[in-house]
Amino acid sequence: MAQDNRLPPPHGLLIDRDKPVSFTFEGRRYEGFAGDTIASALAANGRWVLSRSFKYHRPRGVLTMAGQDGNSLVQLPGEPNVLADREPIAPDMAVTGQNYRGSLDRDRASVLGWFGKFMPVGFYYKAFYKPGNAFKFWERIIRAMTGLGRVDLTARPGYCDKAYGFCDVAVVGGGPAGMSAALQAAEAGAEVILVDENPALGGSLAYARFDGDRGRADALRADLAAQVAAHPGITVYADAVAQALFADNWLPVARGNRMYRIRARAVVAATGSMEQHAVFRNNDLPGVMMGSAAQRLIRLYGVKPGSRAVVVAANDDGYGVALDLAEAGVDIAAIVELRGKPGTGPMASAAVASGFRVLPGHGVKEARASRGHRHVTGIAVAPLDGDGKPTGPEERIACDLVCMSTGHAPNAPLIYHGGGALAYDGETAMFAIKSLPDHLFAAGSVNGRFNLDAVLADGRHAGRAAARDAGLDAGADSEALADREAANQSHAFPMFPHPGGKDFVDFDEDLQYADIVHATLEGYDDIQLLKRYSTVGMGPSQGRHSAVAAVRIAAKATGRPVNAVGTTTTRPPVGPLKFSHLAGRAFEPVRRTPMHHRHLEAGAQMMVAGPWMRPAWYGAPAERDTAIRREVRSVRENVGLIDVSTLSGLEIRGPDAAAFMDRMYTFAYRKQPVGRARYVLMTDETGVVIDDGVACRFHDRHYYVTATTGGVDGVYRTMLWHNAQWRLDVDVTNATAAWCGVNLAGPKSRAVLQRVCRDIDLSPGGFPYMGVRMGRVADIPCRVLRVGFVGELGYEIHAPADHGEALWDALLEAGRDFGNVPFGVEAQRLLRLEKGHIIVGQDTDGVATPHEAGLDWAVAGTKPYYVGKRATLIQKQAGITRRLVGFTTIDPNAPVPEECHLVVRGAEILGRVTSACRSETLGKVVGLAYVAPGQAEPGSRFDIKIQGGRIIEGEVVPLPFYDPGNRRQEM
Amino acid sequence: MPFGLLKYGFSRTYPVWRQFPPRPDLKPSYDVVIIGGGGHGLAAAYHLSRYHGITSVAVLDKGYLGGGNTARNTAIIRSNYLTPEGVAFYDEALRLFQGLSHEFDFNILYSERGHLTLAHTDAAIRTSRWRAEVNTHLGVESRLVFPDEIARIEPTLDLSREARYPVLGALYHVPGAVARHDAVAWGYGIRAAERGVELHPMTEVTGIEQADGRVTGVVTDRGTIKCGAVIQAVAGMSSVVAGMAGFKLPIRSIPLQACVSQPLKPFLNTIVVSGSLHIYISQSSRGELVMGSASDPYVLYSTRSSLEFTEGLMGHILELFPFLGDVKLMRQWAGITDMTPDFAPVMGTTPLDGYYIDAGWGTWGFKATPACGKNMAELVATGKVPDMIAPFTLERFHKFRMLGEKGAASVGH
Repeated sequence: MAQDNRLPPPHGLLIDRDKPVSFTFEGRRYEGFAGDTIASALAANGRWVLSRSFKYHRPRGVLTMAGQDGNSLVQLPGEPNVLADREPIAPDMAVTGQNYRGSLDRDRASVLGWFGKFMPVGFYYKAFYKPGNAFKFWERIIRAMTGLGRVDLTARPGYCDKAYGFCDVAVVGGGPAGMSAALQAAEAGAEVILVDENPALGGSLAYARFDGDRGRADALRADLAAQVAAHPGITVYADAVAQALFADNWLPVARGNRMYRIRARAVVAATGSMEQHAVFRNNDLPGVMMGSAAQRLIRLYGVKPGSRAVVVAANDDGYGVALDLAEAGVDIAAIVELRGKPGTGPMASAAVASGFRVLPGHGVKEARASRGHRHVTGIAVAPLDGDGKPTGPEERIACDLVCMSTGHAPNAPLIYHGGGALAYDGETAMFAIKSLPDHLFAAGSVNGRFNLDAVLADGRHAGRAAARDAGLDAGADSEALADREAANQSHAFPMFPHPGGKDFVDFDEDLQYADIVHATLEGYDDIQLLKRYSTVGMGPSQGRHSAVAAVRIAAKATGRPVNAVGTTTTRPPVGPLKFSHLAGRAFEPVRRTPMHHRHLEAGAQMMVAGPWMRPAWYGAPAERDTAIRREVRSVRENVGLIDVSTLSGLEIRGPDAAAFMDRMYTFAYRKQPVGRARYVLMTDETGVVIDDGVACRFHDRHYYVTATTGGVDGVYRTMLWHNAQWRLDVDVTNATAAWCGVNLAGPKSRAVLQRVCRDIDLSPGGFPYMGVRMGRVADIPCRVLRVGFVGELGYEIHAPADHGEALWDALLEAGRDFGNVPFGVEAQRLLRLEKGHIIVGQDTDGVATPHEAGLDWAVAGTKPYYVGKRATLIQKQAGITRRLVGFTTIDPNAPVPEECHLVVRGAEILGRVTSACRSETLGKVVGLAYVAPGQAEPGSRFDIKIQGGRIIEGEVVPLPFYDPGNRRQEM
Repeated sequence: MPFGLLKYGFSRTYPVWRQFPPRPDLKPSYDVVIIGGGGHGLAAAYHLSRYHGITSVAVLDKGYLGGGNTARNTAIIRSNYLTPEGVAFYDEALRLFQGLSHEFDFNILYSERGHLTLAHTDAAIRTSRWRAEVNTHLGVESRLVFPDEIARIEPTLDLSREARYPVLGALYHVPGAVARHDAVAWGYGIRAAERGVELHPMTEVTGIEQADGRVTGVVTDRGTIKCGAVIQAVAGMSSVVAGMAGFKLPIRSIPLQACVSQPLKPFLNTIVVSGSLHIYISQSSRGELVMGSASDPYVLYSTRSSLEFTEGLMGHILELFPFLGDVKLMRQWAGITDMTPDFAPVMGTTPLDGYYIDAGWGTWGFKATPACGKNMAELVATGKVPDMIAPFTLERFHKFRMLGEKGAASVGH
């Protein structure tokens, strides 16, 4: 079969017959044309079944041809749930159906359809849990059946990126209303972005029929599209989906592999309306589709949707569909008119004049199918009684196509996203816009206008209003706006429940008429409860076709007006939106210090530290322990060098710098002499320790403050946050990236530094412990801090970042014959632990206070305020419940407790080990642990629960473990 | 086919079982008024009626039942907390959850999936070990696992060392589970209503009446009702309603967002959480990926959703599951979380006598539902604060006696 259903031009607006494309579906090869979607190309070849439904595994095919339904979701090798009616075919694309066992045409799981009566609405709440743990068994079966498409675990995301767009007016929807709005706004001088999901502008003008001979729509489309293309103020994003409307007119627009983030001053939603299906038995058969779907197949893709059709109509559009079908060579078996009389509009008149058989006042009893339900073969209709039930003598009409033109619902997701509201209008039997948020305007059929002249006027009106809203002079509204005239567009209850069921309300979820009624009667009679209980509207089409039907059924079942049942909202995204589109290039930048490559050259093992990479140790992974020992020994005996660039640095400058420091940190800074460093400790309002570092005073009005590696950004934010209230005269700058730093530590560090630094007096008297100086090291202008984290004589040298490698090289070179080696974070952790220094975040936690952490010495008691002072005072008075202490193990050969092993007393948890190691230098295990206050005195013993639940005994010892007299760091 | 469904297939007429009675008129007075008809409020109502014989109870909600955070959470249940108080409380909740389908005779689809909290840094490994040690000490099954074992538990995770934040280990909490969140609220509501509790959806509280330091009534948009006691269980609005009762809460209300993908054939066994990447993900029994991230960075009472949320989330999801690039997002939404300074809830008495608070549930309210309802009911019925919830008293903030749940509660939903 080679495209037997293909129609000659002018049908097929979007396809290029000169470019055949060959692809496969379910392993069989098909031919289509460039511009075809998967669904249209398959339809051209007479292939209608595309997928299997979620619950009953019913065959499903084309429903909307607009990407609005879940029936046409197919599988590509690397991509599940692809909209067959939107996705263009590509050469050798291998498409398959979804959700079947065996083959798509003969799905073994389709027997589930026979058990439909045993699967009432919410059936899983009513069973599967008895006896005992039965759900564990059933769950496996349910999980084996659930889901639609398959993910390919080897797939990798393709390239996606983002771009930004800015405009005065963004118009969403390129139909007659959208194009008029865009032109009108652009005429007023607005920069306009026009977004349309189709490859070519035109919207309904491209496929629908607005009058008897349809010539006007063609001419109008060509004319408006040409005007739009020619207007310099309009940028068109075609084949692009405006996926949401977020706060402040923020529109993500997905096109190809790019997501445009568009900020508009005003937005016009000209998003049209969606045809709503009729509910009758077997309304899900392939071959039963929206009237507009048949028109799209014919006009856009040149595909004849069947050979003999029945149109189920309740509006004038249905007659237009019949005219289009006849023009495409389809026999019109009948127009089943749900209303009492044939339509009276121009298309109805033309259709009646063409001699089509119209059955007014008729309803559908059921659609009939061939074996296996793979295609519709006929339809049974009957005259309607006073209650709208088809109860008269039944007539069976053979056909292979049923088109439904029974009503519309506004396509209003952007209006919901923006905070607008819709309410059901009983007169027109449609939801209508009740309110719109600021800067959002609506035009066309989304706004209840269907007559072409009214649509165009509405578009112009919205375009002017949007331009005006964007601050432009759009002139006066010269033309009067037609009233909303949605009457006769929608039938109030196009539903014909059948005792045998399979009269689907929600195709995604296989929900039938009775399911909605039963859920309502079971007490889930608010639309939100109904939705959650029955899952109506929860599937891939998100209620586009089921929501209106469901509220109507619930209203009828409970005898309430539709609005009393409540309304649901529509949430972003508008359509399926790929994760990779959202992620974009999603970079999570790795921060490297200026000396990064020196570390790699020296064989460092790098570790993640906050956003940074830091050297853990220098040497092969297998040599971890020996490498760390070697580095420790070098620092204790000679000298070592560590990259501390990640710890720097905030610049605090201004007349109020000292006052600001006094408020931000717990210690006292007003009297800190220039040229001296002082420990800084930050608490939050609840008195919890959140960061520490060192403040260097280089001038009365200038402090240079370090922070923890992961903490500096948070500290900076906190400072700005507080000063936004305090309004102190101070500038705070996060200069971390501008500075690099190295710490030169060890008894021989002075000798090393002396070789490369001549303009600072390095003598113990000239540059004492906790002094800070500015000077040149290896000819680089530096800030030199005489501070010690590791307990040895040491200098921290901060230089402009681009001198990092030069500084590193110079210091290593100068120290070569002193045994200077680089050391990593692991060695530093051991060294500082021997010295009893804490690491904020390791030895403190989310609730640790200065008093608990043994940092009371860093809290100034006399100053009037610092962040957290009140809390700290209250806690001090109330007494602490735990205390961080230094400890060693009673048994020197006991295993080293791991960080976070618990300190226990029987069943009670008293605290935990926060740091521990076996110290080579001291020849014993040393560690820090939280213990109960009563255990905190040196000599107290406590139990530690280590690996495997074993208990070992620890003893509190005074800090620091190493060099208690501090002679080494102060030499 | 389970027997329970046979009657639906074989009956000539559908055996309708009216689960929720129609909303009655408000009576002039009740023994207990519960403000908030979510999981917590309905659970308290159920426990009052079933275990304490108190049936003169009205549950009021300004919207539909279970429509607040009960409807918006990602349905994760776990007890791998950090403080002994937290572990004991959430473990009771978890045990109660395990029996709820039978308690209700209504399936809440409780599904034990296992819960992996990934650690990408040394610090996260430390916290994981801390939680594992505390959990193990208290009899909760959690352990620290490393990449070779993680690969067996969740083979689809990208465990390569080349990742931006390589997975170094994880806290594996075997009993971690999900359940159908709506069904939990419905189950409590149905069985409470059966025992005489009145459910009043679409009934907004506008004021609290008090005399001599004691609550005496509740003002609603349908009239004023007298009552002997009030339980406030209005996550997302706690400060506002407490304000009507005349006291302040140390709570900041912050939006938390979540989203689901289209349905996919199941491939993800466990609930996967990454604190460093600020994500969590599980796959529901419908095949949808249920995903969330860190709270929004601002205080807000609007449940609007944002683009930044899904953008940031997906960047990190693809770090862990790079094969999901072509999977599609189906729906995103937001809820409002009431955050306390110590990331632990507030349960117990208030400065107003007879007015009991159930608040501060941040991002961990759903998993507490049964234990909270049980203990709040006991409190109201006996007038004594049960030991289990005593540490969660509102008073602790005045005394700065905070509970340290930050490390376990934040992103680890």
